[in-house]
Amino acid sequence: MSPESVNRRQLPVFLRNVRIGFGGRLIQDEMTFTIEDGEFIAVLGPNGAGKTTLLKLLLGLIRPEAGEVLVFGRRPSRGNPKIGYAPQFRTLDANFAVRARDLVGFGLDGHRWGPGFPSRKRRRLVDAALEEVRASEYAEAAVGELSGGEKQRLSLAQVLIANPGLVLLDEPLANLDIASALEIVSLVGGLCASRKVAVMLVTHDINPLLQHVDRVVYMANARSAIGAPETVITRETLSSLYNHPVEVVEAMGKKFVLGVET
Amino acid sequence: MLGELCSSQIMAHAFIGGAIVSVVAGSVGYFLVLRAQAFVAEAFTDIGFAGATGAALLGVGSLVGMIVFSLLAAAGLGMLGKRVRGRDVEVGMVLSFALGLGVLFLSIYSRTSGSHAMSGINILFGSMLTINSTDILAALATCATALGALAILYRPLLFASVDPAGAEARGVPMRALSAAFLAIVALTTAACVLLVGILLTASLLIAPAAAAVNLTNRPARAIALSVAAAVGVTWVGLILTFAGTIRHLPAGFYISALAALTYTASLLLRKRLRPVRAFERAHLDRETG
Ligand SMILES: Nc1ncnc2c1ncn2[C@@H]1O[C@H](COP(=O)(O)OP(=O)(O)OP(=O)(O)O)[C@@H](O)[C@H]1O
Ligand SMILES: [Mg+2]
Repeated sequence: MSPESVNRRQLPVFLRNVRIGFGGRLIQDEMTFTIEDGEFIAVLGPNGAGKTTLLKLLLGLIRPEAGEVLVFGRRPSRGNPKIGYAPQFRTLDANFAVRARDLVGFGLDGHRWGPGFPSRKRRRLVDAALEEVRASEYAEAAVGELSGGEKQRLSLAQVLIANPGLVLLDEPLANLDIASALEIVSLVGGLCASRKVAVMLVTHDINPLLQHVDRVVYMANARSAIGAPETVITRETLSSLYNHPVEVVEAMGKKFVLGVET
Repeated sequence: MLGELCSSQIMAHAFIGGAIVSVVAGSVGYFLVLRAQAFVAEAFTDIGFAGATGAALLGVGSLVGMIVFSLLAAAGLGMLGKRVRGRDVEVGMVLSFALGLGVLFLSIYSRTSGSHAMSGINILFGSMLTINSTDILAALATCATALGALAILYRPLLFASVDPAGAEARGVPMRALSAAFLAIVALTTAACVLLVGILLTASLLIAPAAAAVNLTNRPARAIALSVAAAVGVTWVGLILTFAGTIRHLPAGFYISALAALTYTASLLLRKRLRPVRAFERAHLDRETG
């Protein structure tokens, strides 16, 4: 193996010929790509394409049926401290029993045993994380009284406070209006650049991300394509992915994919 | 009069035992409320009833019987999976089966021993007034174990109770945690039954904690409030039992009534206390000048 390919194996994400399936049902095949430090990747595709499954693969929650998966040079394992993950469906139970800062603090030491004692250092870290996602003004508010966008910021802060090298965000823009979505995206884009974290962000709408992402992974029909938005979100690439004619229309600086049933 | 109260050996035992049990009930109850598992607590009291009556049949201490039965049930419920929330059907079945067993044991016991259902009454309504120092030591050991275990689980349990998806993503062992918490609930209810009896244990477990959650959104503060409310309710209840004119009313009656009262008061206070968010307040200030 050449020294260069050895290096590539140490990247945040290294996939080679990966196949994912559930009980004989093929979800994705022949996935091969790498993601580098500080890269901002959008993960696109119709419902059921396997976007969440891909993230779970990297988290070590499921195993590939074939191929090689490496995260920072290691086989995926549960509870990997190098990965920060914000799940697609976060149900916050007992909404009024904790404050925004408690939710963020969970990301720091919520998984540790013992009661944990408040310290100035811990408080500083939580404050900094809240500041980073611009959520300081509702730090003391009960989580139950926050809006969807505000909760998404907390979700992000909970992930970032653990200082991960790879951040997986599963549909953080769902239920957000366009202005809030843009804010979250520029926040994430800024963090990618300033902290050199690699980000995979699952979304159904590429438009809020077009200015910020480095590359997109487009998944459909058990296959995937990866590349810059202008090379992947095209009539040719998508038509061959979907296996039927797809049109990509550009208007007002936005891309619209037509002819897909999502 | 208070001096007279405290001079009595019985009362000293009752107050000490009551405080020990209440501290644990208030803390464990907080998590039961967070996890919406009040019904599980109810089920464990019925399981404890079966354990206590079974123990009476065998001539073993009732606390031992309750602990053994409850821990078995905790293991069973734990195997149902990491999600006990919404498991009403299974919990309900365990509950009624346990209650049936308890009734069976009790009827056999009262028929064979001739002492009638007196010990059964104690189990139903609590036996704080007949408690001796051995019982107190047993309750102390049980409670210390439960409290120690809860302290170890504190952070992951809070995380998992409030934000299960986030906790799982962070590598919190959800299933094991859930089972361990059920074991803690088992120990706690067994100790509570000694004090207030099976019929009223759930009120001591749930009401103070639910009241505390109404009054604050800070976990540590809520637990402190919950413990204070539980101890307060228990002690006032005991004082009323000893000093009340109607002396034969069981402590459990006063305790459960006070617990319900505390909860109602918290609902009324909640509207006043629920803080307006800081920045909303800033806006309001600006508008009102
Ligand atoms: N544990 C599982 N067992 C069996 N099938 C599963 C499992 N998890 C996911 N699947 C299937 O795998 C496919 C991909 O699911 P996945 O959740 O990854 O989709 P997705 O791309 O995230 O979709 P969405 O946009 O709706 O979130 C779906 O068809 C789903 O039914
Ligand atoms: Mg998904």
